[in-house]
Amino acid sequence: MENQRQPWNWDLAFEALPDILLAFLQVTLLVTVVATLIAAVLGLVWAMIIRLAPQPISGIVKWVVSFIRMTPIVVQLLFAYYTFLMFDAIPIGIVVFGIHYSTYMSEVYRAGIDAVPKGQWEATTALSMSTRRTWTAVVIPQALRATVPALGNYAISMFKDTPFLLVIGVVEMVNAAQIFGGNNFRYVEAITLAGIIFLLASYPTSVLVRRLEKRLAYAY
Amino acid sequence: MPTPTDPGATTPGDRAGGATAAAAGHATRGTAPIIEFRDVEKRFGDNVVLKDLNFHVNKGERVTLIGPSGSGKTTILRLVMTLEEATDGMILIDGDPLTHRIEGGKRVRLSNKEIKKTRTRIGMVFQQFNLFPNMTVIQNITESPIHVLGQSKDEARAKAKDLLHKVGLDDKADAHPSSLSGGQQQRVAIARALAMDPEILLLDEVTSALDPEIVDEVLGILRNIADTTDITMLIVTHEMQFARDVSDRVLMFDGGAIVEDADPHTMFTAPTHDRTKKFLRAVLGEGQIGTR
Repeated sequence: MENQRQPWNWDLAFEALPDILLAFLQVTLLVTVVATLIAAVLGLVWAMIIRLAPQPISGIVKWVVSFIRMTPIVVQLLFAYYTFLMFDAIPIGIVVFGIHYSTYMSEVYRAGIDAVPKGQWEATTALSMSTRRTWTAVVIPQALRATVPALGNYAISMFKDTPFLLVIGVVEMVNAAQIFGGNNFRYVEAITLAGIIFLLASYPTSVLVRRLEKRLAYAY
Repeated sequence: MPTPTDPGATTPGDRAGGATAAAAGHATRGTAPIIEFRDVEKRFGDNVVLKDLNFHVNKGERVTLIGPSGSGKTTILRLVMTLEEATDGMILIDGDPLTHRIEGGKRVRLSNKEIKKTRTRIGMVFQQFNLFPNMTVIQNITESPIHVLGQSKDEARAKAKDLLHKVGLDDKADAHPSSLSGGQQQRVAIARALAMDPEILLLDEVTSALDPEIVDEVLGILRNIADTTDITMLIVTHEMQFARDVSDRVLMFDGGAIVEDADPHTMFTAPTHDRTKKFLRAVLGEGQIGTR
């Protein structure tokens, strides 16, 4: 019973590390990176449809985006998992996270697009620029500059939401730690390690985002 | 009510250089209006900014709009640039409708494609420059020549360098607008507008946002363009000396209507309307009319 009274068992911690790291790389990191890319692209697509498409398309997209944003991701994970039984849980997790966060990012893009001064739009008209060039050469580059920090923060927040994947049976890092704990009747080491890995990954990311933000601010 | 024969009668005798261009321009003046406003009305909600406005500008003519703020001068430029659309009446560019035509007694909006075609003949320089901050100076200038006029990159760049030389900014091609002073930015904006080879150039209070000591460098460039090209210019400015030097005709506006239409000499030395006299006295200072 000595095992139970020890506050911290280093041997167990080292034993738990490979499992947890593997789950981190194979699931947590994979889901976060791929879903962030999906969210960043889809978010821009929603923002542009809402802004450019005629009614009722823009209205419908706007409604769907708000609907997704206002329902919990756990419900969405379960719904998608039991609706699309033919797909594995991890791809479903990636897509659900991607779509869920794209609805937040679309708001960020919208704000970024709204922040492009009226004079810029007028200059594109005065220069007879096409709609495509107006967006790709003027509006989006300027809007992105304002949105990068917010996008980075959503990526971090998504990263920390990945344990919700448990509801559809995906063993990501925290769940792997819990399983390890269950097998050894000790949870402290494995869960602590999972927490530390979260911190070690989130902190540099947030520093990176802040640096990127500064660089963009000085870019022009 | 202005009559079409007035403007052609005035000769810009004080124009240095470009005499042939001016003379060539004159052959068509009075006969070929390049901008024509027909019963134009512009209202924003209940606020009528322009009402039943009729006037025209001939090819190669330089016309300055003066008047108190809120008299609708800037709105006229914005209508010609299609940044706004008239709520009634029609505007013709070189005889073709700009945004609306009358069809069977009904006012019909043109397709965006048709509007765009006319729009490429018109350029505008804004009070706030409106350069694209995410592009370099040369990218700002070559963007539309490449993507709208279909010029090759080399061709557009060569022309842009030429224009930068003209506005005295040879060394700024690869700079970003944010690293330039207001006067330099406005010179780039002028080069950008000219790169599109516009037949009509609209100048909307182009020196109002500049420090007083920089105003002359920008006006000097515009004077030079006026002297060496035959681009039609429609100008809104508070710089009366510039208006006097560069214009063939000056229109005095008040409350969305033309109060007086005269050549600059008459307008600034012997205005006939009390409203004009009052306005000029306020801008030029008491006792200044006729002495400058």
